[in-house]
Amino acid sequence: MPSQGHTVELGRDVPLKLDCGVKLGAFTVAYQTYGRLNEQKSNAVLVCHALSGDQYVASTHPLTGKPGWWHILVGPGRPLDPERFFIICANVLGGCMGTTGPASINPETGKPYGLTFPVITIADMVRAQAMLLDHLGVPDLFCVIGGSMGGMQTLQWAAMYPERVYTAIPIACAARHSAQNIAFHEVGRQAIMADPEWRAGEYSLHNTTPRAGLAVARMAAHITYLSEAALRRKFGRKLQNRSAFTYGFDADFEVESYLRHQGITFVERFDANSYLYITRAMDYFDMSADHGALANVFANTKVRFCLVSFTSDWLFTTWEMREIVHALNAAAADVSFVEIETDKGHDAFLLDEPELHATLSGFLNAAAERRGVAPAASP
Amino acid sequence: MNVGAGARTDLTRADVRRPSDIRVDLQMIADMIKPESRVLDIGCGDGQLLRYLVQTRNVVGRGIELSQAGVNASVAQGLSVVQGDADSDLSDYPTQAFDYVVLSQTLQATRNPRRVVSELVRIGRKAIISFPNFGYWKVRWRLLTDGRMPRTGALDYEWHETPNIHLCTILDFVDLCDTLGARVERRISMTSGGRTSLVQRSLHVANLFGEQAVFLVSRQQPQPAR
Repeated sequence: MPSQGHTVELGRDVPLKLDCGVKLGAFTVAYQTYGRLNEQKSNAVLVCHALSGDQYVASTHPLTGKPGWWHILVGPGRPLDPERFFIICANVLGGCMGTTGPASINPETGKPYGLTFPVITIADMVRAQAMLLDHLGVPDLFCVIGGSMGGMQTLQWAAMYPERVYTAIPIACAARHSAQNIAFHEVGRQAIMADPEWRAGEYSLHNTTPRAGLAVARMAAHITYLSEAALRRKFGRKLQNRSAFTYGFDADFEVESYLRHQGITFVERFDANSYLYITRAMDYFDMSADHGALANVFANTKVRFCLVSFTSDWLFTTWEMREIVHALNAAAADVSFVEIETDKGHDAFLLDEPELHATLSGFLNAAAERRGVAPAASP
Repeated sequence: MNVGAGARTDLTRADVRRPSDIRVDLQMIADMIKPESRVLDIGCGDGQLLRYLVQTRNVVGRGIELSQAGVNASVAQGLSVVQGDADSDLSDYPTQAFDYVVLSQTLQATRNPRRVVSELVRIGRKAIISFPNFGYWKVRWRLLTDGRMPRTGALDYEWHETPNIHLCTILDFVDLCDTLGARVERRISMTSGGRTSLVQRSLHVANLFGEQAVFLVSRQQPQPAR
């Protein structure tokens, strides 16, 4: 689908003050846009991507050649239709698809940042996105939406810039990263750092990458995106192109082969240090840490929320989403909450779930009507 | 029914059901609600009443529904509804957060009706509660003549599969309101045909001839100190 890829340099005049205390001046944000901002500037939608996502929400990925990661929801005739909305998706701060991150060149040294890149938070990512909106002349967002880490950014947007958010749709996320999720992230980071090719984060200076470590990190993480039921349904104990065990450590089982493939392909498109930084940002995420009770974060909010969880998601459980709903109820906020029945686990938010489609269409249409955003012209 | 221009545009996003086609008891509840008010509908089902209120009364509507299918259907129509339980989730809401809190045909299925009613009058300036009247003469007659748990139009379940675990009569409900210090502002009881006129006057007559009842209740304002 037609889209425009852009990069912009931000923070040169007013640097971005990061949570860690560092002031980041002159950084790049890479983003895609779809559709046009209307005259009233009332139809902007910010799509926030997940840990391993990027700005190619609805356009072919330049490295993998695969369709956009949310082309099911973003596109003509879809719930987020560029005929109706001006859709923006930016690579997060710390990412590796064009926005400044640890793989970028530090202008002060002329060398890649590596581990000298400041540790960033979800709030820092959102601050960078807000600067992008300023640059684009977008005063406020009709909607901010995202799943997983994108959902965290969505919540952060609603908390930090409530006056710039009309509706917020956090999907399959939580208001704080759980101990179990931090534990899985730590496994991934240790896998990367244990790879001798990681070279204390300076692998690019040695023209190498910690491929094995990053692949293992991805494999471990990928298990958490699925569910036991989905693994059983898709793979069971089926063998991979063979009729008997090899009595060795080759990928005898289909599920092993699948995971190895996930690991290997991920290495082709993702930077290992970015993986360290972004998982860290998720680990640090805890919305109630600064504000006390979660309900206080959203006190008197005018933002209209629609939360979605999936029954078999054990990474970001319905229980965690419901905790946010309780807090929003206590704040007397306008909130909808839908739990969708599926065995596809956390990954369900990226897949073709008709009920997700129906929920988002209903919620977005009603909100757009209320805000007077004209519907897409019929073809 | 003649719908206003505002309501007509809303119909495009709703489904084929016209807003006038709502259950007679829901219509009665709707008639108690002032336009432009804030309404929480507890046990909102697929959002029939909420949608009607949003379209014809221009209310700010919220819903709670136990069944996921009901929640999903409501949200897909653009209503603000969360999955939740009247017994456990009302304590989240701030005091007097709504002008009206509606509990339609749900009280008898709650685990702790007394606590639910006290929460309703805390959260809402007014609570509208409808329930099947177990004092209805047909219920009494069936039990008397058959000697078995009565089944009627409003209570059409076998005893072992009914979700209605806390049935009460109109008199019982009035007693509960007294106990909680809640003021009954209006009471409507309906015959099975949906008629209301004959049975209003005496509480005991209403308790005998009303198959269902709708109450408008509010928290007793404390008397100002002298």
